[in-house]
Amino acid sequence: MRFVHSTTRPSRKREDTVLSFIGRSVIQKTITLFFVSIVSFLIIHLAPGEPSQVDPLNPKFTPEMVERFRKEFHLDEPLHIQYTYFYRDLLTGKTVSWKDNQSVLGKIWERFLNSLPLFIVGTIITWTLSFPVGIRSAIFRGGLYDRNATFFSYLLISIPGFFFAYILIIFVVTQFHVPVIGLKTFGIGDAAWPRLFMDRVWHLLLPSILGATGGIAILSRYVRSQMLEVEGQDYVRTARAKGVPEEQVHYKHALRNALLPFVTMFGLILPGLIGGSVIIESIFSWPGMGRMAFEAILARDYPVILTVNFISAVLVLAGTFVSDLLYLVVDPRIRL
Amino acid sequence: MDNGKDILLSVQDLKVYFHLNQRLAQAVDGVSYEVRKGETVCLVGESGCGKTVSALTTLGLIPQPPGEIAGGQVLFKGQNLLDLGDDEMQKIRGNHIAMVFQEPMTSLNPVFTVGDQVQEAIMVHEKVSKTELRQRSVQLLEDVGLPAPEERLADYPHQLSGGQRQRVMIAMALACNPEVVIADEPTTALDVTIQAQILNLFGELQRERDLSLLYITHDLGVVANIADRIYIMYAGIIVEQGSAPEIFHDPRHPYTQGLLASLPNRAKRGARLHSIPGTVPDPAYKPGGCPFHPRCNLAIETCQSRFPEMCDYGNGHQSRCPVLYDGNG
Ligand SMILES: Nc1ncnc2c1ncn2[C@@H]1O[C@H](COP(=O)(O)OP(=O)(O)OP(=O)(O)O)[C@@H](O)[C@H]1O
Ligand code: SF4
Ligand SMILES: [Mg+2]
Repeated sequence: MRFVHSTTRPSRKREDTVLSFIGRSVIQKTITLFFVSIVSFLIIHLAPGEPSQVDPLNPKFTPEMVERFRKEFHLDEPLHIQYTYFYRDLLTGKTVSWKDNQSVLGKIWERFLNSLPLFIVGTIITWTLSFPVGIRSAIFRGGLYDRNATFFSYLLISIPGFFFAYILIIFVVTQFHVPVIGLKTFGIGDAAWPRLFMDRVWHLLLPSILGATGGIAILSRYVRSQMLEVEGQDYVRTARAKGVPEEQVHYKHALRNALLPFVTMFGLILPGLIGGSVIIESIFSWPGMGRMAFEAILARDYPVILTVNFISAVLVLAGTFVSDLLYLVVDPRIRL
Repeated sequence: MDNGKDILLSVQDLKVYFHLNQRLAQAVDGVSYEVRKGETVCLVGESGCGKTVSALTTLGLIPQPPGEIAGGQVLFKGQNLLDLGDDEMQKIRGNHIAMVFQEPMTSLNPVFTVGDQVQEAIMVHEKVSKTELRQRSVQLLEDVGLPAPEERLADYPHQLSGGQRQRVMIAMALACNPEVVIADEPTTALDVTIQAQILNLFGELQRERDLSLLYITHDLGVVANIADRIYIMYAGIIVEQGSAPEIFHDPRHPYTQGLLASLPNRAKRGARLHSIPGTVPDPAYKPGGCPFHPRCNLAIETCQSRFPEMCDYGNGHQSRCPVLYDGNG
């Protein structure tokens, strides 16, 4: 980051600085995006393997068909022409999958809607649990609570996700007798709405929890260490010396400072919107983004891969932009 | 002035130890000192001798663990602060005894404005209206000599210089008109010119407000103008105490004599500056007997084994060097 901690009085007004920061940032990020588009295009086209439709080893297609596909996909043209074709189509929304000739954006949108609940519930679980746990651990460092939290964090980090998933599935299925695989129970279509709703909740809960565990373990540790560091700062001692009650020393003076780095992280969860976990989606047969992208890579379905890639890049850049902006708002020391 | 009645703060035989991995660091090892009403008392000693620890203990700010208050009393108006619970201690901090710290650059909270922090110092102890809060904050900042105090309220600490930040710290310390102010090396981190300004400010404030000031420093030179009485501290104990003139003109401890001889304006022009050889012992590895003996040029055999008792020179002037005491009579 280009931030500096200023030691002198800023000469310009903060509002002006913010506006010029936004302007500069958008230009910079657009340029970055352009280079990302070139590099990802090159990597995907130069990587070993051929799209299955034009793979000479694929017994499904005759050489004539392969030739026709090559022409149709512009694979016979030089790379820079292919590049312009691809991004022209992408920007006008006309990209289609090579596998099934469907609109790529349509496909992604459908999968995105499937992944979204997982992402939202997982993120909410992660953030709402990690912070209280981490903060409490730091305040009562070395105590029973802290030691238990530490133990469970390392336990969760060291158990492989798929293993934990099967334990969870077996537990829930045998204890509560509810099916949990897929988006919803097969053939439940005409049940009454409360049952439908609960069915959805059960199906959503397990993969979300699973997706969140690793995050909780790592994030709560990070919150703890951040909080511990801040608790040792001189200004925390100053607050105590003023007679500020202990609660406020922790939750006002220390926490406000400990939270600063997490504001940055908040912007960085944006790219998670398009990610999705291949492993979790595979275990739970969840038709989400992660699996779609994985299958597209196996089939060398370039339009799908590149579109997902492009959207991720946009989200990453938007995420860092949001982070920078948030940092600017919450940390008075930041000068741009 | 010499009767015990107007003693505000009295530290009695205080012992503060730190439990390190294998060793016990006896940072403060039986320290006694008194601060009377309207008096400026200076606590002087080299870095690491336990000045900050003894000051923090009076406000209950020693982290336990690793710290442990192994003995002694901190009497404020006759009440032992070490017996108080958290809530009662909070009412003392900032309200009756306030502290200014060594590091102005890091002692203010970077995410709150100067106004927020000064006002908080008032609010935690007093219920006052918003307008009064603001008026008093501005007045405080003006009292400590901060230029354009009205505008400073909205500033963040990083927008101020070190000296200005220390003035804000002083303003916060004065916010609730405390009876005792402890200033822990308030000028050490500042430029020389600023040091003089802050020192003068303390002198003025003390006189105007009739404060009881406990001024901690490692530099005997700076206290000449403000100190009424001086305590010389070495390796966790008080080695000499007395009125400022007596300490400066009639020091009775080799350590005090060494400190005085190393003051620049005392050395003869052109002569090389004296300095005491060696360093303060680590509180986890203190020598037995007189803790000063490895560095003392008057040390005799018994100094290595016998802990020196306080020798009385009258008028409150006392020193922990029996060798000098016996030699003089
Ligand atoms: N929290 C702590 N944990 C362990 N040891 C400590 C702690 N605080 C202080 N000490 C030890 O106590 C001793 C005295 O420290 P103190 O800060 O009181 O010295 P000082 O006289 O204020 O020196 P300075 O001039 O450097 O501020 C030091 O050796 C230090 O290592
Ligand atoms: S007691 Fe001995 S070692 Fe200690 S100061 Fe006196 S002469 Fe020096
Ligand atoms: Mg100190």
